[in-house]
Amino acid sequence: MSGNEIVTDVVVIGAGPVGLFAVFELGLLDLKCHLIDILDRPGGQCAELYPEKPIYDIPGFPVVTGQALTDNLMQQIEPFGPEFHFNRMVNSIEKLEDGSFRLVTDADEVFLTKVVVVAAGGGSFQPKRPPVPGIEEYEGKSVFYSVRQMEAFRGEDLVIVGGGDSALDWTLNLAPLAKSVTLVHRRDDFRAAPASVNEMRALVAKGEVDLKIGQIAGLDGENGQLSAVRLKTADGEISVPATRLLPFFGLTMKLGPVADWGLELNDNLIAVDTEEFSTSIPGIFAIGDINHYPGKLKLILSGFHEGALMAQAAKRIVNPGERVVFQYTTSSTKLQKKLGVV
Amino acid sequence: MKIHVTDQDGKQHELEALEGWRVMEVIRDWDLNIKAECGGSCACATCHVYVDPDWLQKLAPATDEEEDMLDTVGDVEDNSRLSCQILMSDDLDGLKITLAASAAKDEQAA
Repeated sequence: MSGNEIVTDVVVIGAGPVGLFAVFELGLLDLKCHLIDILDRPGGQCAELYPEKPIYDIPGFPVVTGQALTDNLMQQIEPFGPEFHFNRMVNSIEKLEDGSFRLVTDADEVFLTKVVVVAAGGGSFQPKRPPVPGIEEYEGKSVFYSVRQMEAFRGEDLVIVGGGDSALDWTLNLAPLAKSVTLVHRRDDFRAAPASVNEMRALVAKGEVDLKIGQIAGLDGENGQLSAVRLKTADGEISVPATRLLPFFGLTMKLGPVADWGLELNDNLIAVDTEEFSTSIPGIFAIGDINHYPGKLKLILSGFHEGALMAQAAKRIVNPGERVVFQYTTSSTKLQKKLGVV
Repeated sequence: MKIHVTDQDGKQHELEALEGWRVMEVIRDWDLNIKAECGGSCACATCHVYVDPDWLQKLAPATDEEEDMLDTVGDVEDNSRLSCQILMSDDLDGLKITLAASAAKDEQAA
């Protein structure tokens, strides 16, 4: 256990637009937020999947890109000093005797909080697993979706699959260390940075990297230890000796550990009460695309509204007995002082 | 107009389609097993389908953007397409497609 416990009013899980705006609504009510996100920056699906694509249904913005919306939200919540914890996934939530919560992330950080707001959109981004039968038994032993320590791949026969920057970067970085590197891609055209592609082709020309055009057809090995990767190519199926497989097919969203937190779910979404967007566990709220209620529309707009109602309920949990006076930002000097505009 | 969809379990469905809708939207509207994570932005490849070879030539060719996204799934065939990039029109009345394994939604939580 970590000795550094972070104590806060609210932990928001998910730093997409809805999680960010929740910080604003909570901030107006003087609630301090920490945000946890599996990505390395704010914006969630908006910034990860379509940063440059226009969104047309945000009130007051006839058109705005996912990245611009994220940037504006970051500016809007700056007065409240939210603290971000990126590249983290919440592994567990435990309800303590006093009604507060203890959260532990996959980096062993511990948060003690009175309120948890799940704003995780479609779930957490996780590596895409190629549809290869039996791949699960090799994962973590011979099949890896990321490289944490390059040394772990020294002297190994590597098969790296993919045509994007991750596949190319790791081909270039691991080639000097590995016993052999075979790069596999479905076509002889790469999405990665042109300089990386050129460098890779130079290594192929020198015989330091083997390039195969095809897809994974199957894995051979025993007890999670890979011995060969079978490839489907235009010339038929071939077998490449391999002790490690690194597939880089990008990210997809999965509900992840949220499914194990004991919350009432409805078709893989968190069931909520629409009065305050509370879940089946008092003190845990769910807003945005991850929740479900009759009539739900998966719109950023809906998530903003849900965040406003959630914040009122969260305030009553963090400061029980304190009278909450509803105020407008246009007329309340108190709110304007919090925002730093007067 | 109709489209004929074979799902991941081999079950066949005849779906009512509307002109101008994306094939992905039709499949999702009928609640078949398609994740369609990005909602039609050509940014995820979770609406991957195989188009019946007889129909392939009737579709507009895949853009570079679509090919790039198809790179991110491991079960691509020569007749692979992203269903969010196929717009329904009279010419496609009767279109036959099969849902790819990689388009399936996540397993339901227990």
